[in-house]
Amino acid sequence: MKILVVDDFSTMRRIVKNLLRDLGFTNTVEADDGQTALPILEAGGIDFLVTDWNMPGMTGIDLLKAVRANPKLVDMPVLMVTAEAKKEQIIMAAQAGVNGYVIKPFTAGTLKEKIEKIFERIDG
Amino acid sequence: MTNDSRLELAKKLVKALEQGKESDVNSLLDEISSQRESEMFHEVGRITRQLHDTMGGMGLDANIASITETDIPNAKERLQYVITMTEQAANDTLNVVEKLLPVSQDLNEYSEQLSEKWERFLVREMPFEEFKGMTAEITNYFKESRNALQKVQGGLNDILMAQGFQDITGQIIKKVIGLVQDVESSMVELVRISGAKSNGSKKTSEEKVLPGPVVPGVDDKAGDVVENQDDVDDLLSSLGF
Repeated sequence: MKILVVDDFSTMRRIVKNLLRDLGFTNTVEADDGQTALPILEAGGIDFLVTDWNMPGMTGIDLLKAVRANPKLVDMPVLMVTAEAKKEQIIMAAQAGVNGYVIKPFTAGTLKEKIEKIFERIDG
Repeated sequence: MTNDSRLELAKKLVKALEQGKESDVNSLLDEISSQRESEMFHEVGRITRQLHDTMGGMGLDANIASITETDIPNAKERLQYVITMTEQAANDTLNVVEKLLPVSQDLNEYSEQLSEKWERFLVREMPFEEFKGMTAEITNYFKESRNALQKVQGGLNDILMAQGFQDITGQIIKKVIGLVQDVESSMVELVRISGAKSNGSKKTSEEKVLPGPVVPGVDDKAGDVVENQDDVDDLLSSLGF
């Protein structure tokens, strides 16, 4: 299981990576916005995408849309981890096809729960 | 210019016109207009002085210059510094955690191994030779755990020290809040003086900026934001997620 973590703040990437490692996911890759993330995704080998929303260059919502528009990546599970808290934004992300939405600041428990839920749904 | 003096001048003007004294007419007209002008200048001067006094009274004329020239660029730097300091603290803390996690993991595994052996010893299922080996292992475990716990202790202290940023960033942010309040009250006073009605003319250009983190009491008044993860989950499940 290879996970791509996309966030413009390196500290947040480290926190997410450490939490993922604690959950048993040791194989992670990082990108600092959608523009750097997309080529990594297109190159293949990524099984799961964790992305922030507000990033320079290409935002997380645009990355999500690009992923869903790409036939190779259309089924990629995407978890959004963001401080964006407007209801309309959450609805927008849901309509764009997000698999989970975690609001910052979050706990290790929340991240674990959402990731497990996404995998349950994929396996089921 | 009093009414009497104006009437006086008007009478003179009529008389001069009736008598056809062109030069008198012109000089009288000049006198009337110059009196008007001086009165107007006097009034403009009075308004200017009043504006200056009012601005001075609020400390505006000196303040506004220093606010725009130094305080606002300062505030930007201060806030940038807050970002730097918080990032530094987060990195320091994460470094320690990353260093200590394997230490505690190793110790945990070691103690699990030993406790399993110890259980077997207690129920007398351990041959004597193995028991001798175990005592050596226990001795080694004490040494290892002392080393590990010293590392953990040092790391915890480092984490503790890294939190020192909060004091400093708190003070910086308070200063910036103070500046924003100064700017706000100056703006309100300016709007009042100019009598302009602020009809909410701006807004459009900011619409595209992402709203970002919700600051409680500031961004949550309109009720269009979620407060926590439970709200997100409720909203998503209402959408059939």
